[in-house]
Amino acid sequence: MKAIRIPIIELPKESEELRDEIRQFISEEREKGTFEPKCDSWLSGYSPDLSKKMGERGWIGMTWPAKYGGQERSSIERYIVTEEFLAAGAPVAGHWIADRQSGPLFLKFGTEEQKMFFLPKIAKGECYFSIGLSEPNAGSDLAAIKSRAVKVDKGWILNGSKIWTSGAHFSHYMITLCRTSTQDPNNRHAFMSQLVVDLSSSGVTIRPIQLMTGEHHFNEVFFDDVFIPDEMVVGEIGNGWNQGMAELAYERSGPERFLSTFPLLNELTNILVEQGDKNGLNQVSTVVSRLWTLRNMSLGIAQLLEEGVPSNTIASLVKDMGTKLEQEMAEIARLVVNVTPSLQSDSLIERFMAQSILHSPGFTLRGGTTEILRGIVAKGVIQK
Amino acid sequence: MSEIQEMIIETTEKIMQKYSTKEVINSAEEGQWAGNLWNQLVNNGMITVAIPEELGGNGGDHSDALCILRLAGKYAAPIPIAETYMANWILSRLGISVSEEIVTISYPDDSQSFVLNKTDDGWSISGRAKNVPWARYANKMLVFGKTTEGDVLTTVNLDYAQIKNNMNLAGEARDEVSVDNVYVEDSTVIHIDKDEQLNYLFFAGGLTRSVMMAGALESILDIVINHTSERAQFGKPLHRFQAIQQQLALLTGETAAASMAANCAIKSFETNPFSKEIALAKIRVNEAAGTSCKIAHQVLAAIGFTYEHTLHHNTRRLWSWRDENGTERDWQQIVTAELMKLDKNELWSLMTNVKNTLKKVEQ
Repeated sequence: MKAIRIPIIELPKESEELRDEIRQFISEEREKGTFEPKCDSWLSGYSPDLSKKMGERGWIGMTWPAKYGGQERSSIERYIVTEEFLAAGAPVAGHWIADRQSGPLFLKFGTEEQKMFFLPKIAKGECYFSIGLSEPNAGSDLAAIKSRAVKVDKGWILNGSKIWTSGAHFSHYMITLCRTSTQDPNNRHAFMSQLVVDLSSSGVTIRPIQLMTGEHHFNEVFFDDVFIPDEMVVGEIGNGWNQGMAELAYERSGPERFLSTFPLLNELTNILVEQGDKNGLNQVSTVVSRLWTLRNMSLGIAQLLEEGVPSNTIASLVKDMGTKLEQEMAEIARLVVNVTPSLQSDSLIERFMAQSILHSPGFTLRGGTTEILRGIVAKGVIQK
Repeated sequence: MSEIQEMIIETTEKIMQKYSTKEVINSAEEGQWAGNLWNQLVNNGMITVAIPEELGGNGGDHSDALCILRLAGKYAAPIPIAETYMANWILSRLGISVSEEIVTISYPDDSQSFVLNKTDDGWSISGRAKNVPWARYANKMLVFGKTTEGDVLTTVNLDYAQIKNNMNLAGEARDEVSVDNVYVEDSTVIHIDKDEQLNYLFFAGGLTRSVMMAGALESILDIVINHTSERAQFGKPLHRFQAIQQQLALLTGETAAASMAANCAIKSFETNPFSKEIALAKIRVNEAAGTSCKIAHQVLAAIGFTYEHTLHHNTRRLWSWRDENGTERDWQQIVTAELMKLDKNELWSLMTNVKNTLKKVEQ
């Protein structure tokens, strides 16, 4: 079955140096008290200070050309950086989207001016992006978006709104998918474009949407006659859908799709080892087995993507299986240790449990719901 | 993958397609030895892969042999190829030459006990073992036995054994073997470090079974994809229904995961035959087997529940194989022993195989 063949990646011995360097950095920051580790830190852990420090060390935009502020390192090295920070529960939400998605989008479709303007700032850890996809009436059915930009002299006037926009309240820009022509009922994916919206522009209103815990990560973003200069169009007018879809494999196969609750698994293991609870550790072994498999799949896909091999089907698989596992960790933990999950608890495991449970619905929704992903996988293997 | 390995795969696949057919598998269950299949593999040099030439082998490495096993699993080959491989690997590790004979293994569990007594011109062995794979067709059986001078390993000529036929869930021969004062040549009795050898057999068993299971899962996915494309209900192919698509995606995921797990285990085996990767792989593949069989039978419905259909060649094997060579529980204990050795906050080091070199920070 060719559609699901994934290569095994053997990490080069030199990469251990990079790993050491990162672990040293994280450990020092923890000692300084810069951050408290938490679950789901790539959504809920925002620290401009840490983002900046990571930028200084060259850990953002790592694979990009040096002239754009990058380090020209391999995607496997970038992978190591992301997984080390996630495993440590470090607050990387600030630059996460810009590093993972927006930067690569500019590299692939952006103009030279855009690259020179945005990429160095992103790489410094000082410029954050949000993803402008979902709308009130376009969730899983993304092609139903209504936000629309109309051509004017030297630019576009954007009207409409985006919803469930993580981090819009701290981001500087949003890559916004919108219509730039009237809808074509025969081709729902036509006439869409990607515009960079400066979130400080006049006409942009950002309204918080509280999560069920009262936390603020989501937003609704309104565009009321927002002027977007021509230079802020990404790629071609009308090609927005295809440009956006091409990036989805990056978004779906990364380590953030199975490591969101790793801090909980680590703490659970600490406790069970200390207690000598072998039955409990047997349960952990099963989770470790699944994680180990997923990590190897994810690494293999990172390699395929670098080689330019289309990997939407397997990337969707990793996201589906990974996010399901993220949810299961708390379910396993609650039956092997006696804890009372609470966000306010002094005990690390109780806090991690609370974060894992209360954030769990999001894991299998963001970046494509389980149901949508499975549809993609099924169609992917049937086609072959 | 090397060019030689690609050739091995191509040749083996052709042999399997031609000689491990539905009819052959079904008649094997009725007690008919799949001799043509075995002989074809022998003739093409596929039986003594991963054994050095000076020991009577055909050269190549373990990953070559495991490619063949994967196909044996995929095509439900009713022959003791995994057992012969492992027996020969164990013998050749001890510096003993091997042949192309059919060798099976008496797995040293509670059901097995063999005692060897010294005689004037060699040894005399007595004992019995249950669940010996394919014993009725094998020439020889690898046995772990006891002597007054300690643990030994030997091979017993099965011509002199009493064999009671038995089968696993898939109708594969899992026989009961008794020997009563059978002569064994002195040169074939080897004193061993029993724990080391048992460990090797346990890990090699987990690995070979995982790889065969990954092959069987691949076949199941093919069957389900074909079925949902060809079978129509309510006027459209089954795969057009969202409910079926969800199942298909889950099955694809399990197959891909099992495949990755098995491949990683293969890779680790070359450098460390006792690696935790094998344990992690068997756990993952066993899990995939249960889930996948359930899905495949649900999707194929009554059609797949019949003897007529070939789905059961794979599903019945998977149900047996997940319990052979270590259940999840058995392998969890191996991983747990590794976890117990960890210092605080070192789970991630275990996941990445990169130890922490820095001083610890209390969380």
